[in-house]
Amino acid sequence: MSLDVTPSIAPRGLADRILRRGPLEAVATAIIAAGVVMLMQPFSLTLYSWSFATTLFGTVMFTIVSKVRE
Amino acid sequence: MNELSASSRITYRAVMVRPSVAHRIRGLSDRTLAWLFITPTIVLLLAINIFPLLWTIYLSFTNYRANRANVPTIWLGADWYQSILTDPDIWAAMQVTAHFVIWTVVIETVLGFGLAYLIDKKFRGHGIWTTIILLPMMLSPAVVGNFWTFLYQPQIGLFNYVVAFFTGRAASSFQMLGDVTLSPWAIVIVDAWMWTPYVMLICLAGLRSIPDYIYEAAEVDRASKWRQFWSITLPMALPFIMLAVLFRGIENFKMFDMVNLLTGGGPGSTTEVASITLKRAAFESWRTGYSSAFAIILFVTVFGLANIYVKALNKVKSR
Repeated sequence: MSLDVTPSIAPRGLADRILRRGPLEAVATAIIAAGVVMLMQPFSLTLYSWSFATTLFGTVMFTIVSKVRE
Repeated sequence: MNELSASSRITYRAVMVRPSVAHRIRGLSDRTLAWLFITPTIVLLLAINIFPLLWTIYLSFTNYRANRANVPTIWLGADWYQSILTDPDIWAAMQVTAHFVIWTVVIETVLGFGLAYLIDKKFRGHGIWTTIILLPMMLSPAVVGNFWTFLYQPQIGLFNYVVAFFTGRAASSFQMLGDVTLSPWAIVIVDAWMWTPYVMLICLAGLRSIPDYIYEAAEVDRASKWRQFWSITLPMALPFIMLAVLFRGIENFKMFDMVNLLTGGGPGSTTEVASITLKRAAFESWRTGYSSAFAIILFVTVFGLANIYVKALNKVKSR
């Protein structure tokens, strides 16, 4: 008699673990928040100049990743 | 049937062959019926929301001016965007907006949560107090803007007299709406007065959603009231507080009516929030292309924040 110790579920790769909706949405949310902070901060005009691009990137990313599987 | 005239027979056959409207609708699939019901909404959305948005995006790349509609439009590419995103005056307007948003949200959240915490404790007459606290929220911003302008009058305004009573200063020695230092705080006070009840309502919903048995278990474990607040009340009400913060943040980011009525962006440009700058560019300078680009920048920011808001809302719903 032998005992089968092979796990029934195959181990998931790094890409499988990262490319999920939850973490990607969190990253997109952080980018949007960073863009909004850059837009309204009083310290650097350069940061202000890049704020729109950052917010737009985060928003587009959020829209795309919200369609990714859970 | 034989007694029927020829014309009656024809009518009878026509009725038999052509099913009634009700019968035909009954024969439609669920999918077709669903499309029938949502088509008017989709058409309205396209006409009122989507088309103006796409048109604004197009205008933001041109030199179009609404007061010179006959002048041929020239494609400028991203020139307006570059101009706005390197303009120190617009940057200053964004900082005024930031001051307004941050302080109103902080004050409204602290006071709103505090009031909700008090109202949540059942006491005699808590219903009437809840109604009284909610009153400012029910008023129109136009009404609020007008009567706070009277309250802030340095000669006859009640606000100055109350401040004078507590500080000992002369009531006419300061102007809330005319002073460069005080006017940004004047609009913060009015917004906090009007919208703290709204935050209170959301926080109250959060506090009422906490089951009693958790507190009972904490009592059994001899947890102090202070410990119960930090370990049970605050963590469980936090998604609701976040929801209120996001909602008020978005609303105040695009605040126009109240600021326009109270100060009109003045004195100078000390209370010129982004929406006032946008209105001036669009309807006083008539730089339609430029103001369209500015509107798109504000829209993308609000849309991004709205995404976070919806995510927070789903989190609250899933509880």
